[in-house]
Amino acid sequence: MEKRATFGHWWIGIAFAIPQIILIFTFFYWPAGQAVYWSMTLQQPWGGGNIWVGLDNFRQILTDPLYWNSVVRSFVFALFSTLLAMGIGLVLAVFVDRELAGSKVYRVVMIWPYGIAAPALALAFRFMLAPEAGLLAFVNRLWPGLWDPGLDGTDAMIAVIVAFSWKYVGYNFVFFLSALQGIPKSLTEAAALDGAGWIRRLRDIQLPMLTPTVFFLLVIDITESFQDSFGIVDIMTSGGPARATELMVYKIYFDGFRGLDYSGAAAQSIILMILIVALTVLQFRFIERRVHYK
Amino acid sequence: MIERTPILNAVTHTVLFLGFLVAVLPFVVVAVAASHDLFHVNLVPMPLLPGGHFWENMTEAWTRADLGHKLLNSLIFAGGVAAGKVFVSAITAYAIVFFRFPGRQAIFWAIFVTLMLPLEVRIVPTYAVAANVLGPYQTILDVTGLTDLIAWISGIRLDLQFGLLNSYTGLILPLVATATGTFLYRQFFLTIPDELVEAAKMDGAGPIRFFVDILWPLSRNNVAALATIMFLWAWNQYLWPLLVTTDPTHATAVTELKQLIPNVGGVPEWNIAMAGTLIVMLPTLLVVVVMQRWFVRGLISTEK
Repeated sequence: MEKRATFGHWWIGIAFAIPQIILIFTFFYWPAGQAVYWSMTLQQPWGGGNIWVGLDNFRQILTDPLYWNSVVRSFVFALFSTLLAMGIGLVLAVFVDRELAGSKVYRVVMIWPYGIAAPALALAFRFMLAPEAGLLAFVNRLWPGLWDPGLDGTDAMIAVIVAFSWKYVGYNFVFFLSALQGIPKSLTEAAALDGAGWIRRLRDIQLPMLTPTVFFLLVIDITESFQDSFGIVDIMTSGGPARATELMVYKIYFDGFRGLDYSGAAAQSIILMILIVALTVLQFRFIERRVHYK
Repeated sequence: MIERTPILNAVTHTVLFLGFLVAVLPFVVVAVAASHDLFHVNLVPMPLLPGGHFWENMTEAWTRADLGHKLLNSLIFAGGVAAGKVFVSAITAYAIVFFRFPGRQAIFWAIFVTLMLPLEVRIVPTYAVAANVLGPYQTILDVTGLTDLIAWISGIRLDLQFGLLNSYTGLILPLVATATGTFLYRQFFLTIPDELVEAAKMDGAGPIRFFVDILWPLSRNNVAALATIMFLWAWNQYLWPLLVTTDPTHATAVTELKQLIPNVGGVPEWNIAMAGTLIVMLPTLLVVVVMQRWFVRGLISTEK
């Protein structure tokens, strides 16, 4: 789409665009290029520049079981947190969409968790799910040692997944609800007049109309689970116990800033970048679909 | 709907109420835990009624993590990022939509592609840039041989240095560029009728006048939605402030929470930790509650 009426002073136009151009060059493209460069070189320990090693860094990472551990953990985290957040968000949206008494209150409250900083909610969940105090500790009184995210990797993973999902339920809820409300009432009313019950209408009208939203949220949730999980992991488990919750971004941070292995961290960044690019491209394909539905 | 569905209605109310409980429970637990003394907060099962030590714990958390100062830092940081994003994306979209110059589409796409480069994947090199923000330009000058040329002509060897670590600029500037914001404004500007531009030009308004007096007031809704979303987003940032502010004078409230985690084997002062959590949660919670309408609108429109 193009405008017919524009201003003639093209240099003012460029002047308006320049701040953002400088920003994205300095803080996006340069670092991204730098990451590619670092991923293919090795820094000399005592200064003296970088030596070219080609794809050696990638070879090293891809044969490192610790790296694959972080990949697997990230996908487990992404899968379960997305399922949980989307599933609960969908159920709540479907029920709020029935607009019974009080649904306005639910609509307001459900989004609150999304406003909370990941580290703050992580600290809250760390307390609630702590083995010796908080809400779950009584489990250990009944069956000693059953629940301990500080020692048991599975428990720790469950804890971070629950904390992350709690935040993203409201987010998914908002999108599902807005999609549900976009479905013409005449459709569901016609179906009801034809004798379709609530479940039938849900299955044959509402859910099919939601598929674009589902795909869209699926991609967003997975991408966010790669990015927004850092604060939760850092506060709740610090990647432990025994690397059980060491997700990809956490490992990049750890190798880069604690281990000072810039080349390894850069190579990991590039792999993550490729993953996110793939997800974003997928997302735009589905957004196109979403427009076609309307 | 048309039919009577008593059972379904009961199920609806039950499920929604459960959802409500789950959404609110952590807030309640944090507030309750923040009101007990050390002994009661560690009781199993945890008491669900508030105790009488609320202000005591709040003051302790406030002073221990220096939250007054840190909240001010958070406010400057989040406010700066939100204002910067709103302003920069508005003028960029203005340039792209209302002017004709070569490379216009290329600029738009270059901004759009940054969506695929979230901070988390370029964190190490971005940190290096923040350590010397002129570094990229120095490298370009070195590689192109311009440094030698300048040294030869003027006798001065250029060494561009400007560190952004431990400064508000360093916190804010790298987060100001925004693809979603630019996209949002572009979509909005495209809906402005051509007649409005023609009329403004007829009345003698130049491009800057048109932007300030007509376009900016028209986009108030966009500004409110975008500013709310971006303020929350920035306030809740953790990784970037954690790296850039090694010195506590510029640390934000969210990164300071780490100081309050009870050590394993130490005194489990969960009451203080929860009081701190509550203090850090409250500002964003307030923004969400007060700006609910803009917040939800902003969420849905920025992600489309």
